[in-house]
Amino acid sequence: MSAAAPQAGAEALFRYVLRLGDLSLVLGQRLGEWVGHAPALEEDLGLANIALDLIGQARLLLSYAGEIEGRGRDEDKLAYLREQGAYFNAILVEQPNGDFGQTIVRQVLIDAFQLELYERLAASRDERLAAIAAKSVKEVRYHLRYSGDWLVRLGDGTAESHARVQSALDLLWPYTVELFAADELDLKMAESGIAPHLPEVQSAWSARIEAILTEATLRRPADRPHAWHGKRGQHSEHLGYILAEMQYLQRTYPDARW
Amino acid sequence: MEDKHQWPLYEVFVRARGGLDHKHVGSLHASDARMAIDHARDLYTRRQEGVSIWVVPSKAIVASDPAETDSLFEPARDKIYRHPTFYDIPDEVKTL
Repeated sequence: MSAAAPQAGAEALFRYVLRLGDLSLVLGQRLGEWVGHAPALEEDLGLANIALDLIGQARLLLSYAGEIEGRGRDEDKLAYLREQGAYFNAILVEQPNGDFGQTIVRQVLIDAFQLELYERLAASRDERLAAIAAKSVKEVRYHLRYSGDWLVRLGDGTAESHARVQSALDLLWPYTVELFAADELDLKMAESGIAPHLPEVQSAWSARIEAILTEATLRRPADRPHAWHGKRGQHSEHLGYILAEMQYLQRTYPDARW
Repeated sequence: MEDKHQWPLYEVFVRARGGLDHKHVGSLHASDARMAIDHARDLYTRRQEGVSIWVVPSKAIVASDPAETDSLFEPARDKIYRHPTFYDIPDEVKTL
């Protein structure tokens, strides 16, 4: 195991790595729902590729989390055998796909977040996290290119496509607040040099999003206080359905393998 | 007339690695050139098939007429002296 910053504590690091891993895992599972349903064959593959990148990130992160925990749980046990309350993803990623435009809006918001986060995590004092971030940042940079381009096309497209992505943006924007709401764990990670300070990530994210929204001729919704805490395991109704589908096989046929 | 319900077709060329030519690998639909590059990346290089991509609008390609195959290509058939096979190649020359 790589040397974590000593003052962080294994339990805290475990939970933080789960936050990162669950974000990718749940979003990857959500995007996977588009397979066979995307508006064009090319987009079907495009979204599936992004989903697979995210699942790949989740595998690395959950495997690491399992090692930190040291109780013999591997990536599969963590992904398939935890209850809803033990998932620590921000709830933006569990929101439904909606139409293609809504999926794209959610993707832009998260891609820009992961990009700014991973760029900084690549300099983490935790070597393992730094390595995972350095690998993942290349994937995420492409994800944002894909989703950002699409948002511009739709926002600056027809009256209907503009109206649809604007309303998706209005719908999803409030959930972004949670990404940057630093709680005790976030602060602890930042102070230990393991994770970046979230206000710094937020201002970089905000500038990036602003540029995309301007090009897409979309109106940036006002920030509102949030009242959800997916990062603490309090989820929206949607996560239960996602997990029911995702975990069905492992729970019905425990330890099933390909 | 362009079909508004179908994205235009692009031909995709991928360079497998530095120093090699771009080879035609297939075609795809995209609304614009940048999307065509993204789609080509996702469809044709997801298993590390390439390091560079060209996309070309299919309508920009001018093709020879199959009806003219005889006059275009038949005449070359009996001119085997155009192949450089009548030279003695020194052993020292490994590749030509």
